[in-house]
Amino acid sequence: MKLIRQNSDLWNWSPVDQLSTLREEINRLFDSPFGELTRRMELFNGWAPALDLHEDKDNLIVTAELPGMKREEIDISVHDGTLTISGQRKYEEKNQDAEPYRSERFFGRFHRTLALPKPVQADRGTATYTDGILTVTLPKTEEAKPKQIQVNVG
Amino acid sequence: MTTIANAENRGAQTKNASANERGYFVPQVNIVETKDSFILEAEMPGVSKGGLEVLLEGNELTIVGHRQTGVPGAEPVYRESSPRDFRREFVLDPSIDTSRLSAKIEQGLLTVTLPKTEKVKPRKIQVTG
Repeated sequence: MKLIRQNSDLWNWSPVDQLSTLREEINRLFDSPFGELTRRMELFNGWAPALDLHEDKDNLIVTAELPGMKREEIDISVHDGTLTISGQRKYEEKNQDAEPYRSERFFGRFHRTLALPKPVQADRGTATYTDGILTVTLPKTEEAKPKQIQVNVG
Repeated sequence: MTTIANAENRGAQTKNASANERGYFVPQVNIVETKDSFILEAEMPGVSKGGLEVLLEGNELTIVGHRQTGVPGAEPVYRESSPRDFRREFVLDPSIDTSRLSAKIEQGLLTVTLPKTEKVKPRKIQVTG
């Protein structure tokens, strides 16, 4: 996504040389995934991993992007039709003498809630964590499952 | 000084609009410097070992992660994650011994270790006399 088009007429009046660097900076900012601006704002409330919701015949399936964590650092709960995924990613001091050179990854607490669109049997839910993706599978209640209705030709 | 200077988006910025549409997702990275090496960590959720490419060309390091997206057999209802593959390029400083790079991926976190050449490592010099 580009906020300002490179060849927009609006910009033609300006001394292009001076502005082009700034313009490239702005474009770069909005080109980056989800916009770096929103990520910067997340600094104030920790970070928010991306959530996806899928549905099949029997289940609601929620996936969350949580790269580089440990299973025990992730908490999952379902309460009143709301799924909560929370936890804390700890910064690991792997090397005593390591000096940070570039730090873009987020550490600390995160908390995401998702209102589930269908009633689920929370006690029968399962979760897996593979390749940095948390997958929570929640079976729908019998009432929420699609039903085939027999049409009797009479 | 010691730059593994970052060439992010360099390709993306020169590409035309049609190429950008199926562009790549730039992974977030941390780089630390230790006495012996640089350590680069890149977040690539959904990328397994088989979907990972670490390419070295001269002093340019490119990391590419092909990710599994979606849930097989299920319909997407709501989506925040990007389906695009990960890619980012780095220019390595001459102090890095490119013949000894190593990489591993664990739970979607790629770690590349870039050892420094023997020449630039700090040494203690014996004082004699």
